[in-house]
Amino acid sequence: MTRTEFWQGNTACAEGALAAGCRFFGGYPITPSTEIAEHMAVKLPKKGGVFIQMEDEIASMASIIGASWTGARAMTATSGPGFSLMMENIGYAAMTETPCVVVNIQRGGPSTGQPTMGAQGDMMQCRFGSHGDYSVIALCPASVQEMYELTARAFNLADKYRVPVFLMADEVVGHMREKIIIPDSVEQVPRKALVKGTLPFKADSDGIPGFPQFGKGYGVHVTGLTHDERGYPCATNPKLHEMLVMRLVDKIESARHEIADFDIINPDAELVFIAYGAPVRTVQQVMHDHPHDNIGFLRIRTVWPFPEFALGEFKNARHFLVPEMNLGQIAREIERHMKVPVTSLPKLGGELHTPAELLAALEAYR
Amino acid sequence: MSFEDWYRQDRLPHIYCAGCGNGTVVNCTLAAVEQVAWKKEDTVFVSGIGCSSRAPGYIVTDSLHTTHGRAIAFATGVKMANPDLHVVVITGDGDLAAIGGNHFIHACRRNIDLTVVCMNNQIYGMTGGQGSPTTPLGCLSTTTPYGCAESPFDLCDLAIAAGANYVSRWTSYHVKELEKAVLAGLQTPGFSFIEALVQCPTAFGRRNKFKVVADQVEYLRAHSMLKAKHDRLLEQGEPVPKDMFIVGELMRRNRPALGVKP
Repeated sequence: MTRTEFWQGNTACAEGALAAGCRFFGGYPITPSTEIAEHMAVKLPKKGGVFIQMEDEIASMASIIGASWTGARAMTATSGPGFSLMMENIGYAAMTETPCVVVNIQRGGPSTGQPTMGAQGDMMQCRFGSHGDYSVIALCPASVQEMYELTARAFNLADKYRVPVFLMADEVVGHMREKIIIPDSVEQVPRKALVKGTLPFKADSDGIPGFPQFGKGYGVHVTGLTHDERGYPCATNPKLHEMLVMRLVDKIESARHEIADFDIINPDAELVFIAYGAPVRTVQQVMHDHPHDNIGFLRIRTVWPFPEFALGEFKNARHFLVPEMNLGQIAREIERHMKVPVTSLPKLGGELHTPAELLAALEAYR
Repeated sequence: MSFEDWYRQDRLPHIYCAGCGNGTVVNCTLAAVEQVAWKKEDTVFVSGIGCSSRAPGYIVTDSLHTTHGRAIAFATGVKMANPDLHVVVITGDGDLAAIGGNHFIHACRRNIDLTVVCMNNQIYGMTGGQGSPTTPLGCLSTTTPYGCAESPFDLCDLAIAAGANYVSRWTSYHVKELEKAVLAGLQTPGFSFIEALVQCPTAFGRRNKFKVVADQVEYLRAHSMLKAKHDRLLEQGEPVPKDMFIVGELMRRNRPALGVKP
């Protein structure tokens, strides 16, 4: 039996993680994500899991990577300043192919900025924030229901692709309260174990090596240095470094169709909104208020890898309008894939776009 | 069985310079691990960045060679997620006390069940000899070319003040004592900290008037003072000579610990 609740987004995120089998949370208090840590502190011990409040976000990120190597589904939750501190160890997770989930309830930046206000200013940081080339997966929920569902999916994606997966929510979705339907169970895709006798960092045909869990006798050496298939440091071999980095990128980018999650609404429309996260709600309101206007809408849940192939579904599109709570971070990504004009509709300050603002943009390009 | 069985033979030879003291500390650590009779599959070595932190790569167990300064934070995740694993951190003075200082004191405060072995060569060896938080006053390094003007940390005092259950200091000269200290650390529930002062002929010795390796080892020996003697001098109101390293078991207690299997 499913059940219905009236929850805050952050609560739904924590519950989604628990339902997905998360058994380790390492975190540090930061507005507006703290409710996730608080909820995990209450619930995890009762499920035989571990909650630990670390001394900072650097340590939080480190702790979930350590926990993940013991086989645990592990996550942390933070916001802008903490996210910045996590960057080095996020790169370590990418390089060592450590499954983990990082929740970022985005707030206004730069720096301390607007702790209690929403923003989407970390979308590029989550893609490119750590040094070097790598690829990650990022999901953007627009409702309390999706805070639950996408958090649960994040664990499956992390385990399948052995990569840090980001839930790039925002203060608006994190703190809104609305109805949520809780499913009976959540699908859990287990990590593919390393076949004994196989080299620990030798990828299968899907580009992903089996996981040599600590404590199982693999005797694996894990290093952030460029490493060969044995896992041994090999940092001055140009060819090997190139092959490793290309594999880390390709295993995600070549799976972009499988990872992608988006809705295409009114594909024959000439004017098309593209949105992810909280601005989705304003677009939905505009469409609800103007049902006969044939407004196109590409509503994206997986921002990284970016599902650029979805853009081509709008065959009659004359103009794409991209409302974001930043200065056009994803609009620029869309622009580089499209010949049709793409207009960024930025909104800074911490509040959602109003339906009137989006309507005005629609009128301007009609 | 011998401690040599714990070495990852296909990774040898190691990268340590001729005359480096780190290998001695690895030997002592593995000899202690061998005596405590842990299974290899239940043991995890964790390290950060630096010469010392390369050690886990030469050990056959599961090992995590992490980011600079963060080894203890990673190890905390490993230990808390699976308390059945024995977790040993190998670190250095720069890794532990500079960039990783915060994690160090908080792990001591939590008194989490880890054993941390710090190879203190009083210098950044891997990057070519920069001053560290334990470089003694007046010593030369590439970033203290006129002599180090900052007072060094006493890592053991730091660990004791922050709450570690077990704290010892020895040098690369005191191999038997060091091995016993690591063994005691492995056996003590809660946070155990063993500081091993080591010679670094390449980055420290040649800039600080230690012409041959043995000179620096002899310096470490001659400037080691047993804690018992140090305490006796204090008790008798006698002066304690300057520039001495107080060696021996400096703390053993039973504060509530984290990550210990009930």
